[in-house]
Amino acid sequence: MKKFLPLLPLCAAIGIGIAGWWGLNPDRDPGAIPSVLINKPVPEFELASITGTGIPNLKTQDLLENQEPILVNFFASWCLPCRAEHAVLARMVREEDLNLVGINYKDKPATVAKWLAELGNPYRRIGSDQTGRAGIEWGISGVPETFIVGPGGKVIFRYVGPISSDVAIGKIREALAAARMDKP
Amino acid sequence: MIRILLVLMLCATTANAVEPDEILSDPTLEARARAISADLRCVVCQNEPIDTSNAGVARDLRLLVRERLVEGDTDKQVFEYVVARYGDYVLFKPPWKSTTYALWLTPILLAILGMFSVSLILKHSSKGFATTKSLSPEEEAQLSEITKTKEDRDTE
Repeated sequence: MKKFLPLLPLCAAIGIGIAGWWGLNPDRDPGAIPSVLINKPVPEFELASITGTGIPNLKTQDLLENQEPILVNFFASWCLPCRAEHAVLARMVREEDLNLVGINYKDKPATVAKWLAELGNPYRRIGSDQTGRAGIEWGISGVPETFIVGPGGKVIFRYVGPISSDVAIGKIREALAAARMDKP
Repeated sequence: MIRILLVLMLCATTANAVEPDEILSDPTLEARARAISADLRCVVCQNEPIDTSNAGVARDLRLLVRERLVEGDTDKQVFEYVVARYGDYVLFKPPWKSTTYALWLTPILLAILGMFSVSLILKHSSKGFATTKSLSPEEEAQLSEITKTKEDRDTE
């Protein structure tokens, strides 16, 4: 016992070092809350379409029978980062044959219809979540947030924040590739 | 003057995020809702319970908690409902399960380790005081010499 006593400060230093290396890592976001939906089926929800746009509505059933991964994007016309993200998503849909659906979060139908007319509509379907209740079902904390639903309606990935930086686009591409590998 | 005072008093009593339209008419249900929302973390401003947060999602969750209570859910069922959507992270008192053992046990282990090291240090440092050796013959002779000269001086 006495022989090991001098090693105690060294052990303490190593312990503090490991804690610091983990805790001060700039890539670690201490505020990130992991989604409980990962590897679970998509939550139950049924949303109406946005009146006056003619874009079909979105419900759980629409996300269950897919072979290719679907990107579910929460957005709102009042959210500025969503505008930046919109251009990126539209380009990905055009160039990479992305399957994109949207949930319009706490928005006025007239305002979002104008927003989509101005920026173009990359979404195959849009559900209008005016109360934010579908947002709670998906466990979101705000907009924009994006989920990737894999084959059979399993939630595979969630990204918080706008998909506008190269890092964010990289993460989405990586998750999409993983989702395509995950065929049943 | 009285009017201003009254307005100030009203402000003082409603210094939280719960808005008047959210409050339930049944006071016991409302009290339960307040207690539950004080233990649920807001996912936007993460050090605040939904009870005091002004975030949009916090308001939605407060309304949801009240809605579940009105439908007859127990407090436990309400917590389970929110945890099923947002995870254990929204609980200010995390449950005791395999993923939280470290969280609950680390403080206890650190306290035990601390007490152990303190007792070890005390035991070592008190060793010097505990063993009082008697004076050596030379010291004995020196001492008698000193006392003798002192006595001689006193008697002079």
